[in-house]
Amino acid sequence: MAKVLMKGNEAIGEAAIRAGCLNYFAYPITPQSEVAEYLAKRMPEVNGVFLQGESEVAVGYMIFGAAACGERVMTTSSSPGISLMSEAISYISGARCPAVFVNIMRGGPGLGGILPSQGDYLQATKGGGHGDYKMLVMAPDGVQEAVEMTMLAFPLAEKYRNPVMILGDGLIGQMMEPVEFPNNLNKEPTNKDHWATNGMDTRKSKEKNIVKSLFLDPKVLNDHNLTLKSQYEKMKKQEIRFEAYNTDSDYQILIVSYGTMSRVCKTVIDNLKIQGIEVGMIRPKTLFPFPEKAVYDAACKKSCKKVVSIEMNMGQMLEDIERCVKGKKEVSWYGKCGGDVPTPEEIINHIKLLLK
Amino acid sequence: MGKTFLKPEALSNAYTHYCPGCTHGIIHRLVAEAIDELEIRGRTVGIAPVGCAVLSYNYFTFDFQEAAHGRAPAMATGIKRVRPDLIAFTYQGDGDLASIGMGEIIHAANRGEKFTTIFVNNAIYGMTGGQMAPTTMPGQKATTAPFGRDVKETGMPIKMCELLSSLETKAYITRQTVLKPKYINKAKKAIKKAFEYQIEKKCYTFVEVVSTCPTNWGMTPQKALKWAEDTLLPYYPLGEFKTPE
Repeated sequence: MAKVLMKGNEAIGEAAIRAGCLNYFAYPITPQSEVAEYLAKRMPEVNGVFLQGESEVAVGYMIFGAAACGERVMTTSSSPGISLMSEAISYISGARCPAVFVNIMRGGPGLGGILPSQGDYLQATKGGGHGDYKMLVMAPDGVQEAVEMTMLAFPLAEKYRNPVMILGDGLIGQMMEPVEFPNNLNKEPTNKDHWATNGMDTRKSKEKNIVKSLFLDPKVLNDHNLTLKSQYEKMKKQEIRFEAYNTDSDYQILIVSYGTMSRVCKTVIDNLKIQGIEVGMIRPKTLFPFPEKAVYDAACKKSCKKVVSIEMNMGQMLEDIERCVKGKKEVSWYGKCGGDVPTPEEIINHIKLLLK
Repeated sequence: MGKTFLKPEALSNAYTHYCPGCTHGIIHRLVAEAIDELEIRGRTVGIAPVGCAVLSYNYFTFDFQEAAHGRAPAMATGIKRVRPDLIAFTYQGDGDLASIGMGEIIHAANRGEKFTTIFVNNAIYGMTGGQMAPTTMPGQKATTAPFGRDVKETGMPIKMCELLSSLETKAYITRQTVLKPKYINKAKKAIKKAFEYQIEKKCYTFVEVVSTCPTNWGMTPQKALKWAEDTLLPYYPLGEFKTPE
């Protein structure tokens, strides 16, 4: 299929349809409203469902109700809206329903700003809502990857019966890039008759299904949490995705960076190479599960003196990198979070400072 | 002569956890009878609230979802939008629906979502132990209103049927009760009618049922029935507030 020029937000909407998701609920918020605007027009063309809810709180539960019927369903929002949906994400995780959430991050805390940010890393990977749950979190570095990850998110959500989040920053949503839609593989949802509330008549067993997150018996709740944990462990074994950049070289500095920020870092690495300075990068594509071993191994390379986390926040992924590097190398952070993306020059200067 | 009064197929054999004298059991039965008579059990999804009826999925014999506090109408919206062929109903108490879930119920009703709400109004929070609800009567004692509800501080009790009826969107809105057999028969008809309208995809349907909570009111079941009739019914008048015709 030929490439088309599309804005990230619109491409994410189209990707959902191509992945067989014909159900979309959302509430407007900058900088992701174009997804809703695109799908408001597009869903009727494919006999899909588009509904603008009255709040992100309500939308979270519209997603839950639809997901609990076993239907493919997605919402998109931005940071403050995701905070409001976090209650529903906890319930959906507890009830083991598949659903796709897209967070096109803006600056925070509070209303923060409307410019790009990566300030929701910890919210996305460590919780946000209450209880012991995890989402599978993927971070695209551009419009093409946003499309591919959105399309992958649905089968993954169904495989683990767990919410999947696409974590992009405002730039991913707002910029236009040429994009190619893959022929979709996994349009048919997996068998859901053993858990979904899709009407007893449609099922062979004729047994009722209950979708719930309340387990009053302490042993049953503990066992339920162990089941959830085993799913997260399975994700750690099967779903880690990352890109290694210039790691064949004898790099002195290892960058760990994701999303838009990692693309700036690639320019930095290419420019420094010309100047005779080798820098390597591990770019996590999945933030949970985190590429722990890849970061550790790359940090342990003999030539590597220091590790730096470069993020559009105040050093959130830094905590995971420190955890992975286990004190083998010095780990520090560089970044900004007001909405300005650090420039290649600024990062080059910082790396030269680290090498002094 | 054969048996003439049987347990509805839509009700399970489980013992309920409801307190003695509570009217949830009657209301569950009415819902189950309506579902049986309309032969929709195999395509019905109930949505349990947070409140006394949170475990109601144990007492019915069809698919159920369990909502967060107040969010059942949003979940029912999700169900009906993606699976309009299913029959969905929310079963909510007054704290769930008229306090924390006020936003969801108003917007679901205003969009004309094609599901049914059974709103059990007993003027108090039951499961959490007798705190003041938006529907608690002036002067009525609650654990968080130990001197009686002071309307100067907390406002007047909210009348949900009247509030929802003010919306311009087509709907079926009715207030019933189960305090006496004569009321129970009427409530049954209203609940069945609500499901019929839903099956016909006519409109949003809302059946309030004025109920009792002897435990948290601190009354015997008998006294609770009388208090409800003397105190609640004059403030919450029964009848049809809106029909889609």
